[in-house]
Amino acid sequence: MIETRELTKKFGPLTAVDGISLEIGEGEIFGLLGPNGAGKTTLISMLITLLPPTSGKATVNGFDVVARKSDVRKSIGVVFQEPSVDDLLTGRENLELHAMLYAMPREIRRKRMDEVLGLVELAGRADDLVKTYSGGMRRRLELARGLMHHPKVLFMDEPTLGLDPQTRKHIWEYILRLAKEENITIMLTTHYLDEADAVCRKVAIIDFGRIAATGTPKRLKHDVGGDIVAIKQKGFDPKCLEGLGFVAKFEAKADGVEITVRDAHKNLQKLLSEIGDIESVEVREASLDDVFFKYTGKKYREEGGEGGWAERVMSSAGR
Amino acid sequence: MAETLGGLEGIYAIWLREIKVYTREKERIVSSLVNPLLWIFAFGTGLGANVVIPNVPVNYQHYIFPGIMVMAVLFTSVFYGMYVIWDRKLDFLKEVLVAPLSRTNVLLGKMLGGVTDSMIQACVLFAVAYLLGIPLTPYSLAVSLLTMFLIGVCMTSLGLAFGGFLSTIESFQLVINFVVWPVFFFSGALFPLTGLPPWLQLVTYADPLTYAVDAMRGAMFGLNVFPIWLDLAAIALFCIPAIALGSFAFSRMGKI
Ligand SMILES: Nc1ncnc2c1ncn2[C@@H]1O[C@H](COP(=O)(O)OP(=O)(O)OP(=O)(O)O)[C@@H](O)[C@H]1O
Ligand SMILES: [Mg+2]
Repeated sequence: MIETRELTKKFGPLTAVDGISLEIGEGEIFGLLGPNGAGKTTLISMLITLLPPTSGKATVNGFDVVARKSDVRKSIGVVFQEPSVDDLLTGRENLELHAMLYAMPREIRRKRMDEVLGLVELAGRADDLVKTYSGGMRRRLELARGLMHHPKVLFMDEPTLGLDPQTRKHIWEYILRLAKEENITIMLTTHYLDEADAVCRKVAIIDFGRIAATGTPKRLKHDVGGDIVAIKQKGFDPKCLEGLGFVAKFEAKADGVEITVRDAHKNLQKLLSEIGDIESVEVREASLDDVFFKYTGKKYREEGGEGGWAERVMSSAGR
Repeated sequence: MAETLGGLEGIYAIWLREIKVYTREKERIVSSLVNPLLWIFAFGTGLGANVVIPNVPVNYQHYIFPGIMVMAVLFTSVFYGMYVIWDRKLDFLKEVLVAPLSRTNVLLGKMLGGVTDSMIQACVLFAVAYLLGIPLTPYSLAVSLLTMFLIGVCMTSLGLAFGGFLSTIESFQLVINFVVWPVFFFSGALFPLTGLPPWLQLVTYADPLTYAVDAMRGAMFGLNVFPIWLDLAAIALFCIPAIALGSFAFSRMGKI
């Protein structure tokens, strides 16, 4: 459904997308992950015909994004990262405009409009001018609009950015159902790695315009090499890990160490006895955060201290 | 067939958006009327008190009225077109640019929106003309409206072309000074076309506004230099490259 070969975009001296080759099958949900400035939006902009590639090729729904622009546009729907709903119109007028631009069959317009407005809980504000909306409400309208015409291929650039957890959940449920019932292919970017893990069949990690890794979330997590054992200990000495075959790798921290351990559940006892006295220990399965760190050397949510860990602990505690 | 219908609906959708936005922004309508009124009342009355154009049986204020109406259309149209720079900056346009609608149709929708704005403005100016005692017959009204429609099409397309090619708001000033004012001053809006030095004569003939002013002066006062049908044909001819240029600008328009 989406295929790119050595797709490249240069802005002057800067190579924003650097020879990306991807293949995404029909009905697949594909996640692009990567730090700010990695080139995700630039890649999508080329696929949706807004930016001409510098070199390389890409097809969407079988149509070349340069030579067959109008066929590509007929096949796609887009939720932009930057707000693009019209401030000077009401929410409903924005959706009506969309329905007309996409020549949606008249019979379903009303029904769809009510459906998506209900989904994003904007039915009560639909007749207010968008300039009176809050940031999150605009985002929701933007999403509602993108979901309205059920395209063959849907591009969503950070669809849930800035939405509250409740709304995010509803949206993802709807998207998953939509993808399944209508066999829609979806390419999305997100900085919420747990969402990507739950939703995407495949993900690609992009850094500096290149694909650092691609595969199913499961596969990628497996490739991290095991479970993560985080230990707090004063004066940790790496020597004690020598000769332990089940230690894939470790990384010293200010107040301890994070060790990647194969079959942690079996080997924890042995590991701890080698390390000696500790303050605390946490064991967790590798997550996409670890995958992300492995390939980009960057952590999400630096403020969380432990790369998404704190965040996850908090959310599982029912925050 | 379904394709063309879809295209028409797309054009309508974009037109409708423009009209809704225009009628909601009352400030824009009011401010677009200030400039022409200043010309008519300050300049027209002031100069008219001291100047009599030979062989012209109408007072100067009346004489420049068609020119000022055309000027109002000129400014509104070009400004409207260049507004696209804003739209692109603020990303409103992206939604339209990825929609399955040919860029020519996007241009047509936008252009008709701009022309409608100009026509609304023109109707207000007709009321002023009536109050000033300018002879308005069904014939002169019809010719004037048609003229302004055509010049609106031409100038809005040109403005949209500039809006599509240029990417900074600063270039607004450039276009105003190097295109809009010259087009106005060389059009004969403020002076008769007869008895000019040859170079000026030539320049005025190359200016689409000349024919618009001539047609309306002809319809209102019988003071035309060319036959009116020729005036209209000339403006229509100018519309073709203008639309083509706008369409080209839109076809290559992407993200800024
Ligand atoms: N129009 C442009 N002109 C010049 N440079 C650009 C342009 N658009 C993007 N870039 C650069 O290309 C690089 C990739 O940007 P892009 O927007 O694709 O990143 P991203 O992965 O979407 O990041 P984010 O997560 O912040 O949205 C950045 O370094 C950016 O500065
Ligand atoms: Mg981005």
